[in-house]
Amino acid sequence: MREYIRKYFALRKHNFKVAVKKAKQRKMCYLFLAPYAILFAMFFVFPVVASIYYSFTYYNILEPPRFVGLQNYISLILEDDIFLTSIKNTFMIAIITGPLGYILSFLFAWLINELPRWVRSVAVIIFYAPSIAGNCYVIFSVFFRGDAYGYVNALLLDWGIIDTPKLWLIDPKYMLPICMLVILWMSLSIGFLSFVAGLQGVDRSLLEAGCMDGIKNRWQELWFITLPAMKPMLLFGAVMAITQSFNVCEVTMALCGYPSTDYAARTIVTHLFDYGFSRFEMGYACAIATILFLIMILCNKAIQGLLRRVGT
Amino acid sequence: MSKKKKKEKEQVYRKKLITRRKPNRSIAGDIVLYLFLIVVAFIMAFPIIYAVSSALKPLDELFRFPPRIFPQHPTLDNFSDLFVTMGKSWVTFTRYLFNTVFITLLGTAGHLIIASMGAFVLAKYDFPGGKTFFKIVTVAMMFTGYVTQIPNYLILNKLGWIDTYWAIIIPAFASPMGLFLMKQFMEGLPTSLIEAAKIDGANEWQVFTRIVMPNVKPAWMTLIIFSVQGLWNNRAATYIYSEERKTLVYALQQIQSGGIARTGQGAAVLVVVMIVPILIFIFAESQILETMASSGLKD
Repeated sequence: MREYIRKYFALRKHNFKVAVKKAKQRKMCYLFLAPYAILFAMFFVFPVVASIYYSFTYYNILEPPRFVGLQNYISLILEDDIFLTSIKNTFMIAIITGPLGYILSFLFAWLINELPRWVRSVAVIIFYAPSIAGNCYVIFSVFFRGDAYGYVNALLLDWGIIDTPKLWLIDPKYMLPICMLVILWMSLSIGFLSFVAGLQGVDRSLLEAGCMDGIKNRWQELWFITLPAMKPMLLFGAVMAITQSFNVCEVTMALCGYPSTDYAARTIVTHLFDYGFSRFEMGYACAIATILFLIMILCNKAIQGLLRRVGT
Repeated sequence: MSKKKKKEKEQVYRKKLITRRKPNRSIAGDIVLYLFLIVVAFIMAFPIIYAVSSALKPLDELFRFPPRIFPQHPTLDNFSDLFVTMGKSWVTFTRYLFNTVFITLLGTAGHLIIASMGAFVLAKYDFPGGKTFFKIVTVAMMFTGYVTQIPNYLILNKLGWIDTYWAIIIPAFASPMGLFLMKQFMEGLPTSLIEAAKIDGANEWQVFTRIVMPNVKPAWMTLIIFSVQGLWNNRAATYIYSEERKTLVYALQQIQSGGIARTGQGAAVLVVVMIVPILIFIFAESQILETMASSGLKD
């Protein structure tokens, strides 16, 4: 046993020496990478660490942080009802708009794939535009206005489906579904571009070979040939979809107000803003951020595990 | 025996199918799908079309009920009103414009240079720590956004950059998405190209500026577009509080929240804000798609 451990450490030492030697030879690599690496560490790695650290403290910027142990997490989960509402809302939005937006992105990318070149590029612009159109989503607050002059209300009244105008953006019952609709409208984003480009790269001879081997229709072709060939793009698109669906806040804040009636449209990020930049309870806000971070990473790992099995 | 014959027959039939049309496609299916696509495309485009058309409507048409989708007497009054309102404000319109353009230009240029330098060595050289670093960057793509906002605020505060342009510009340099896309694209560049340049006596910096960068122009465009989108739409309200350093989008959205009296101008604001990213995308679409083809996450 001891012999084994000794050997193990000798090997590690040797490997380390080789790595150092290699690193010395490749000094310029580190020079090239240094500017990015420093900034990246400063604004992406360090904040996560700092956020975990501050989540165990009481910190309001004016006084130095005071260590309070798990107090922030305990009050978040046991005492803060609004936080639980926000978690529920975020998950509702993420579970519905995340997968649906992802599937729609792929579906439309796949459907427009065989169109002639110029039609395809027009289609890409039409489908992609909503996600980059700044805050164009506020136009939905005109459509869903609460009085009889809101277009949706007017239409439904005309058709006799409802007899009094509905307060779409004020009534907690309708808020989330409307936000989801708007988020879905904006969900064909960078993942969609990746799918469009990836589908163009699928080898045509593969499809012909598949036809010879007895694939009968476009759906079989999709599952057995196209999807497995697209696996890297599918993974990339999934990462983007998850990140977007958990980061929801701008749409709900713009449409339903901040704060919204009964906190019915509050998401985790809205809660984070409330505590971080309105009340300056940085420790508490960092605890929220840490929870959000863990949720996002875990979801990503789970989804990636699932996607690896596509087409098998 | 007959089974074998049948199979052969089917094979011949399938061969014919390939030469005749695209394999595995039925005409009826195509028609249904295209009709479906047209309907969906209309639904997707409707809010944007509506936003543009209301920006062109004169005041009386804006409040007409039931509304028309297209204006009867299109005018540019809303836009000129917008510039009049902006001109009367305490901080002038040109100052807001300068702020946004300055932040966007500097942030994008820095991001392009710094991310390409990192991507170049990560893609083309094997050195200890490189793979691990790239893995961390891909993990960072999974949580970018609001998770790091509060510590970022604290860091920028420590550096004394709050309420300066740098609070927006410097963090934009390190966006993980740019490095990721650039690195994936550079991997497609033949290594022999770099080796040939080395044999001719070029050092790493020369290889980078003269050989690699000119060959990855599509990826440049992609980085520029994603960076411009992010920075142009950045309201920067949390990091910058002096009015004279606020961005155009922020100022425009202030006008938008001016209520009923500003309905026409608000619609004009929507168009001004969204037109820039969309126009850039239209011009650079093919290059972006070329870059995205290598965007896949490999295991």
